[in-house]
Amino acid sequence: MKLTGAQLLVEALKAEGVDLIFGFPGGVVIPIFDALYGERAIRLVLVRHEQGAVHAADGYARSTGKVGVCLVTSGPGATNTVTGLATANFDSVPLVVLTGQVSRNMIGNDAFQEADIVGISRSVTKHNYLVADRKDLGRVLREAFYIARSGRPGPVLVDVPKDVLTEASADPLPESVSIRGYNPVYRGHPLQIRKAAQALAKAKKPVFYIGGGLNISGAAEAFRAVIAKVNVPTVWSLMGISVLPSDHPRGLGMIGMHGTFAANMAVQDCDLLFAVGTRFDDRATGDLTKFAPHAAVIHVDIDPASISRNVAVEVPIVGDARLVLEDLLPHLQTPAIDDWISQTEEWKRTHPLVEVEGRGRLSPTAVVRAISEAFPDAIVTTEVGQNQMWAALYYTFRQPRSFLTSGGLGTMGYGFPAAIGAQLGNPGRRVIDIAGDGSIQMNIQELATAVTERLPVIVAILNNGYLGMVRQWQEVFFKRRYSGVCLERNAGCPPDCAEPNGDCPPYVPDFVKLAQAYGAVGIRIERDAEIAPALAEARKVTDRPVFLDFQIDREANVWPMVPAGAGIHEMMNA
Amino acid sequence: MLVENHQGVLARISGLFSGRGYNLDSITVGITTDPSVSRITLACIGDDAVVEQIKKQLNRLIDVIKVNDLTGVPALHRELLLLKVSARGRQRGEIFQVADVFEAQVMDVGHDAMTLELTGTPEKIDDFVALLLPYGIVEIARSGVVSMERSRKSKE
Repeated sequence: MKLTGAQLLVEALKAEGVDLIFGFPGGVVIPIFDALYGERAIRLVLVRHEQGAVHAADGYARSTGKVGVCLVTSGPGATNTVTGLATANFDSVPLVVLTGQVSRNMIGNDAFQEADIVGISRSVTKHNYLVADRKDLGRVLREAFYIARSGRPGPVLVDVPKDVLTEASADPLPESVSIRGYNPVYRGHPLQIRKAAQALAKAKKPVFYIGGGLNISGAAEAFRAVIAKVNVPTVWSLMGISVLPSDHPRGLGMIGMHGTFAANMAVQDCDLLFAVGTRFDDRATGDLTKFAPHAAVIHVDIDPASISRNVAVEVPIVGDARLVLEDLLPHLQTPAIDDWISQTEEWKRTHPLVEVEGRGRLSPTAVVRAISEAFPDAIVTTEVGQNQMWAALYYTFRQPRSFLTSGGLGTMGYGFPAAIGAQLGNPGRRVIDIAGDGSIQMNIQELATAVTERLPVIVAILNNGYLGMVRQWQEVFFKRRYSGVCLERNAGCPPDCAEPNGDCPPYVPDFVKLAQAYGAVGIRIERDAEIAPALAEARKVTDRPVFLDFQIDREANVWPMVPAGAGIHEMMNA
Repeated sequence: MLVENHQGVLARISGLFSGRGYNLDSITVGITTDPSVSRITLACIGDDAVVEQIKKQLNRLIDVIKVNDLTGVPALHRELLLLKVSARGRQRGEIFQVADVFEAQVMDVGHDAMTLELTGTPEKIDDFVALLLPYGIVEIARSGVVSMERSRKSKE
């Protein structure tokens, strides 16, 4: 039986178990949209910007473990996906992004809505394809999904010319995939695993350092079993949040530039750093020459290129986090580290997290804690900057895959569309985006998507009228020269204002009215007493998004903070 | 390294070098007897840690089938040179002599220039070019190095 390329594409999606696509149409992809018209097996969610489609697919993928799928058109549709692709690439998220392309005979001729998206996206995708022949379409789609979800996951872009979509042929969809240059290793080497177990048993001051790899690999249960057996203090990277419950007795918190005192001190003082599923990113390590100076390092990662890249490693283990931890468990012996545990407990006790004051407005840390108490089982997405750090530090997570944040690229505007994707993937759970007033405006148009798809996503805007993280840097390192960060200023303000509590113009936009204009619920919260009732109101809404405009202290800062060039033990305001 | 003979593979590899700031000295690519496989020879500069990272990043590419590090390994390295050098009257004789010593071929002689072809190690080519520099190089085309491991000499 002959199928057009578009029809084969839909069959391929179904064969891969796809039941949800985020998309935005255009001329060259009408054949695919036509093949999807009335299709009951696949839900097509129309976004309002292609960047929103990719972030939504990303949030869906991170929260469910499935491959997220997007469908966009050529030219500007394709180029609008680049930020989303880079975001997913950095954080190893499995996506397949289908872009339409002009007909093959028009390629390279500067045709209408033509873009060399394969060239443009090469450095921000795990792999990409241009389907130059109808007979390759089936194989390419199979390979794309396989590459996206296997090994270290990542986004794969498939560029399909319009005439390939309309060409009919009887080429079947291949049953299996085989790529000779791509053979990820999943099982760790048994000798290395035993070596690691031995090193851990003998250590006097061991620390587990867990990262995003454990969320991706579904290793939370395996890791919890390991910790139950060896009772070793554990720190996490931003991406490793929620693998262990945030308040686990051996949990010391997040490490790095805004890590907790206990976590950073433990890493700098330990004699064994057992790292799993993390890549020693610069936000986490601080100055590498000062990082973990006394530690022998064990490094488990599925990507050989991550190992021995930033940090010298004594015991490298290439493999999937969950499988390696499962193989490790029987060889583990509890190390004799009572004194070390006491030391880490003392650090936690003497240097708990700073509770930021509201100084007449709301405290951002109090707001995050209140949301955490009201919605303990929520999936939380964040934007980027202070909102992201406060969510990472002050929200208590209990289940893995509950914290979705753009860690590697740090993309403002990620959280809201990601929340939309996460909500669609997890209809039974509450999804909350913790946002800044700057970030939320970057993909605000997706309010329409959330309302029309009837998604009760809660957006908690920590509104300080600034691009907060940059303002904090300007306060601490640039003598409060608040250049280009004030979101309340207008053309009538002086060019060098550092008076956040002066006579400022009214905030643009009024988030409450904006939400209502879209048909969503909007609530402004200015006083402490209004927080709990607002959250109760939000909980009652089940069929549309809720915007909560929390008016927080304009100059609230995130502490602790490690300045650039410093070691992570050199924290300010811990 | 052996790579899939797909469109864009060379762009992907050179993009890897430029994107990550590694130093690429030369890159050559050619087909093999298997039409689906191309052979790429890369010459790059870096310390041990950087070279290790480069190999891992190359291996990570889906289109890369195999990476062979020939650093410090007994191997043949060959490069092709086409050199057009200024030559009038008596100079021609001198240049022929230099070419003789290096076993270079004279491929073309013109009124005031001649073109020489030499195949050899990159070092031999460097030396040849250095000797002919004083005459005036009109044009120089170097192919970049291709390499192949030598065979084991004994039975084990």
